[in-house]
Amino acid sequence: MTRLAKLPRAEAMRTVSPLLGPALLVIALVVLSTFTSGSTQRAVTNGLISLVIVIGLYMFVGTSGVLSFGHIGFAAIGAYTSALLTIPLAVKGALLPDLPGFLANASMDGTSAALIAGLVAAIVALFLGMAVMRLNEISIPIALLSFLVIVNVVASNWEELTRGTGSMIGIPRTTGLGSALAWVLVALVAAFLFQQSRTGLKLRGAREDEPAARAAGINIWRERVIAFTASAFFVAIGGNLIAHQLGSIAPVAFYLDLTFTTLAMLIIGGKNCLAGAVVGTFVVTALAEILRHAERGIEVSGIGFGATPGLRQVGVALVMLACLAFRPAGITGGREFVFPPRRRPKRLARESGTGEVDRPASGSSLISAASPPNQQQ
Amino acid sequence: MGFEVAVNALSLGSLYALIALGIALVFGIMELINFAYGDLVMVGGYVILLTHGEGWLFVVGATVVAVIVCAVLMERIAFRPVRGADPATLLVTSFAVSYLLENLARIIFGARPKTVDAFSMLANPVDVGPISTTTLDLVTLAVTAAFLCGLALFLTRSTAGIAMRGAAEDFRTARLIGVRANRVIAMAFAISGLAAAIVAMLLLAQSGTISPTIGLVPALVGFVATVIGGLGRLYGAVIGGYVLGLVTILLQSYLPLSVLPYRDALVFGFVIVLLLLRPQGLFPSRALQERV
Repeated sequence: MTRLAKLPRAEAMRTVSPLLGPALLVIALVVLSTFTSGSTQRAVTNGLISLVIVIGLYMFVGTSGVLSFGHIGFAAIGAYTSALLTIPLAVKGALLPDLPGFLANASMDGTSAALIAGLVAAIVALFLGMAVMRLNEISIPIALLSFLVIVNVVASNWEELTRGTGSMIGIPRTTGLGSALAWVLVALVAAFLFQQSRTGLKLRGAREDEPAARAAGINIWRERVIAFTASAFFVAIGGNLIAHQLGSIAPVAFYLDLTFTTLAMLIIGGKNCLAGAVVGTFVVTALAEILRHAERGIEVSGIGFGATPGLRQVGVALVMLACLAFRPAGITGGREFVFPPRRRPKRLARESGTGEVDRPASGSSLISAASPPNQQQ
Repeated sequence: MGFEVAVNALSLGSLYALIALGIALVFGIMELINFAYGDLVMVGGYVILLTHGEGWLFVVGATVVAVIVCAVLMERIAFRPVRGADPATLLVTSFAVSYLLENLARIIFGARPKTVDAFSMLANPVDVGPISTTTLDLVTLAVTAAFLCGLALFLTRSTAGIAMRGAAEDFRTARLIGVRANRVIAMAFAISGLAAAIVAMLLLAQSGTISPTIGLVPALVGFVATVIGGLGRLYGAVIGGYVLGLVTILLQSYLPLSVLPYRDALVFGFVIVLLLLRPQGLFPSRALQERV
């Protein structure tokens, strides 16, 4: 990033705007929400937590273009690890009498627990990734789904560690608007730096044209493993935030429902860019919040519709299907937020307006930021 | 004991093979791993729930027709708009369809499991020589054998079947020589729907309960069986199904009690190990190899 100083000001601005744009958007939303009611603030906090997970997911799915149905397994690992490290000792002794010694006596502050939760998930991801990333891009999501099932089965049965299908209670409820926002910003910066890094660029190259990337000597397996590990870290942090928001967790909270919701957020927003992760999370959270009110029953011109649980899920699924059919690159079209807009020849501008993914706007700023400009060499 | 284990493994394997076939048929032609296949099974289950007072022939007929119609509609409404997109998009589309159907069922029928005793007559124990088993196991074996034979005949002897195989081998070339894309894909979904209807009936005869999430396990199993069989090969999917059934029953029969709850984790762990040893599955398909 030191090279930024050597760029002309507008160009430097364009380089960092894919980070600044979403970050400012999120901060603005949070500041606005502090003027609203408690329930709205809770909804915003939920959205921020989802955003941490979605950004984590983006670091793998977005940059590599390979789908994953297994990342929520890391959220579960993060949530349980962090819960085990932070539940007050007295509660823990009563709740989980059979814990191994080092866990039974562990008592940490939230941040260290979060970091350790992320690290544990990242280590699991490193080994899992080294194995799974050898598969092709159709089999990887299935193998990762197997991983999710394994995590769920283990969490539902390992009574000594997780209380099985029962809830783990007594987790300090420390996640608030502020801490969620802080982690979102950390995740945003990390994802941005990652996508500009050598690994990020190689993966995005492989995403667009795998044979060409291989021919250029890119070791796709290695880059995918790195992305997978980094992304697991942040998904686990997200899981840890969930645990500390709810105060109690159960394995069912980290299964297909959350998998679907987070994937929908990423894909509706546009899975190929960081802005997509943010926009998608925002849109889906808002939609889910509206439908959640509708679920309790609505009254239209005197006629009441009964409460219909499941409406929220149906709504999100329909929006996602419509999005896949009519705007497969997502709301953002896979284009990063770039400011100030680059002036382009008219013909080129028209071509890029056809919904093509990740071309002139972000593509060129990406190259100028990551590889040293030729005149410097 | 050995015989019983073998019959159980064959019976469960047959069920898994049927599921895997339903997924592999569609995958061969349009590279779509249909996650929503499990929800076709779920639809079948609810049709049985709604009709189970009638004669069993009517129940069977209604289930088969309803699930096939649902499968073809699914293709027409959800998958046709994204046809030709990359496999990841197709996969995620089917995930969304699955989620949609599951939650629609939740709205219509409620989330609680409901009991159906439509095929309870199949639960009778039967002795075949030295082996004691149930009618259901035998019916499962027979129905699967009949379905496999019928499918094999259809694919090798009928024009439509040959067109389907051609489309699975090379879709573009098949179209160039006159295979109708829409028709052949609808056909694949219809057969897949037939398999789902059979699975629904066998599953309900076995468990006797139906809930919106009943499709989840079949979908997972079918997925995994097709992948370990080698995506794009029908007999690979069938063998994948039997392998998975065998592993499940072996673990079920011989695991110590304390580890038994982890059976599914071990099954899926086995899948990951198998994929590591053979990343392309047991019977890799040539049609899938990327051409540059």
